[in-house]
Amino acid sequence: MAGKAAIVAVGQTKYHPNRVDVNEAELAYEAIKQVLEQTGLTLSDIDSAVTCCQDAWDGRTIASLNLQHVVGAHFGHEFTVAEDGINAVYIAMSQILSGRYEVVLVESHMKESQADKSLIENAAFDPIFMRQLGLDFTAAAALQARRYMEKYGITPEQCARVVVRNRTNARNNPLAQERMAITVADVLRSRMLASPIRLLDAKPISDGACAMIMTTEEKAKKLTRKPVWIIGASSCYETHYLGDRELADCDALVKAAKKAYSMAGISDPLSEIDVAEICTEYSYQEPLWMEGLNFCGRGEGGKLVDSGMIEMGAQLAVNPSGGALAGNPNGVAGMARVAEAVLQLRGEAGARQVKGAKVALAHGCTGICGQHHCVMILSKE
Amino acid sequence: MPDRVAIVGIGQTYHRSRRDDVSLPEMVGEAVRAALADAQLSAKDIEFFIFSNMEAFEGIYLPEHGMIAEVGATGKPGLKVTGGGTTGAEAVGAGCHMISAGLYEITMVVSWQKHDCGDATAGISAAAVPTHAKGMVVGAVSEFAKQALSYMKESGAREEHAAMVRLKADRGACRNPYSHLKLGLKSVDEVLQSPYLVWPIRLYDFCPQSCGACALILASENRARRIHRKPVWIVDFEVVHQEMFRAGSFGDPTGTETYSQDIASERLYKRNGITNVRKEIDLAEIYEPSTWEEMSLYEHFHFCEKNEGWKLIERGATEIEGEFPVNCSGGVLATNPIGATPVIRIAEAALQIRGDAGEHQATRDVKTALATALGGPNWTAMFLLKRSL
Repeated sequence: MAGKAAIVAVGQTKYHPNRVDVNEAELAYEAIKQVLEQTGLTLSDIDSAVTCCQDAWDGRTIASLNLQHVVGAHFGHEFTVAEDGINAVYIAMSQILSGRYEVVLVESHMKESQADKSLIENAAFDPIFMRQLGLDFTAAAALQARRYMEKYGITPEQCARVVVRNRTNARNNPLAQERMAITVADVLRSRMLASPIRLLDAKPISDGACAMIMTTEEKAKKLTRKPVWIIGASSCYETHYLGDRELADCDALVKAAKKAYSMAGISDPLSEIDVAEICTEYSYQEPLWMEGLNFCGRGEGGKLVDSGMIEMGAQLAVNPSGGALAGNPNGVAGMARVAEAVLQLRGEAGARQVKGAKVALAHGCTGICGQHHCVMILSKE
Repeated sequence: MPDRVAIVGIGQTYHRSRRDDVSLPEMVGEAVRAALADAQLSAKDIEFFIFSNMEAFEGIYLPEHGMIAEVGATGKPGLKVTGGGTTGAEAVGAGCHMISAGLYEITMVVSWQKHDCGDATAGISAAAVPTHAKGMVVGAVSEFAKQALSYMKESGAREEHAAMVRLKADRGACRNPYSHLKLGLKSVDEVLQSPYLVWPIRLYDFCPQSCGACALILASENRARRIHRKPVWIVDFEVVHQEMFRAGSFGDPTGTETYSQDIASERLYKRNGITNVRKEIDLAEIYEPSTWEEMSLYEHFHFCEKNEGWKLIERGATEIEGEFPVNCSGGVLATNPIGATPVIRIAEAALQIRGDAGEHQATRDVKTALATALGGPNWTAMFLLKRSL
């Protein structure tokens, strides 16, 4: 890898259950405006824009059409990824390291409120064998949660503790959607969506946007006093058919993490990483993804939750922002994890700041039971 | 200039209106296996996958997730690109960036469209801003009707010239084993008998909706020479976007608008020291949704002077046997699986450089080729390919 790619500015909207007052471009620009102001750049300084758009959720084909004027694409370069905005960060990183573009604007937005979650998610299932079952991602997640509980003895109480910690952490994050003072009992009493997943175990419907400016090592120093470097990144796909997968393990995440750690020179993630922002759309996913990220052994995610080691102020702060459980739209959730990691490393995370954070991990995932994972390691140095 | 990247594997399916015999993953798998066979690699050699497709045209959400096993991407990194008509070109660009950034050495672009499970015109109509433009965008045909009218008025081209473009495309398509429409047309009159869709665009003036897939394997300079006897080098590329339906994005009644093609050409040619396109480039595969657009693109890509695109057609300069062959494959007029269409342009240009295009191989020796893509409200991507660095 020649040179380094830096994130020099991050912006997020407040995450909200229904932003009926704005269209996608207006929502995106709320985040974009922040990064332009932070860097003093204008849209004409943008060499390349990378956006993350989901045509199905935006209800538009070529959903990025809507954004051209707010990302500096007038006779410029714009590149659209699907899945999650964390992939847009990855593409931006490659564009910078290839030496082709110097200043890259990265954007991701989503208004989940305007679409039908079950209908869209059902359209992701293989149309011949699985779609007819009427599955959506919540129903599939329930299958994965059951299998995970069955194989490794993870309990609903452990999952509820994940919810309590995330949503309590969210109280320190002014951008979070659901900032709650709740107990394990509240979670276990909440309405059942798909057994064993209850209302509070699941990420709420959310609208919001995230933007970043990324650039080269040389330019970074001109744009900010506090650049954050991406020192490791990778992604990985699982196969599609649920019956072909061991849902209690997440082999794709294991592979993505292994490659990212190797790029970053990390051999013991639990001691070398100070803060981790994990994309947890359902509570059982946090211990499962923690296993995949090698913060603990297989099947030990529940114990890690119980140990208190991942609370604020303990060994490893996990989701000080409240994470996706406190409300991020899919498509933005992974990129928001990167943004939160950047804020932590810059010491700008306010009441949710992890003291002395030097190395952070950001994780994003997309698809049925986490079919695609992306892992990034970020550093102050 | 970033590190050079080469195309070391090319695979396409044949194209049809319907592929009822295969599922979407099975169809894409045909192209992937062909590309792997061409490169003499196995799927385990591919380090990074880039998927290219427009999912609204098929109505499948995250369609790439359904084909991970079929294309050999299980346990592999990758991502999906979804940028309208140019999406395939941007996917190839991403495959290049991942390599020239030093992140991976071998990447594969997997692109497709299976129009028989959706409706592209309905999909394109859904591109309109719902609050104030709903009903104003009615697929691509009406946009290119505006373009045809502007071109007709400005250049003096007649419907006969548009018909000649279809005849040229059809001659190529009939010699290309992978192409979709093989009409066997013999005369201008036959084309002029086809019905109007939106005046002055006739049925034969426009591209079809095709089912098909194309896969390209890209490799770093270091690996490319060891993988393929005839690597084709992607020496440079340029992508130019603009806002949604800016006045004159397709049709320009004023004749004063700047097109994305003008900007992209200027940048690409300047960086590569190209001053006389027809002399310094040997062949082009361009993304021409309509016959009229092909003549206009000749001008914006500087294959000829302004308002003279139809003259190149008239004297057969861009035929397979001509001095500057354009779209020997039959082009988009014959074959249009949208997510794969730009990738096929690049693949066909590379086949011409390798001398592997079979019956539709250009008569002249092709050392340098241009491949282009068009999408959205007239976005442009241009790729410059060479036989040797």
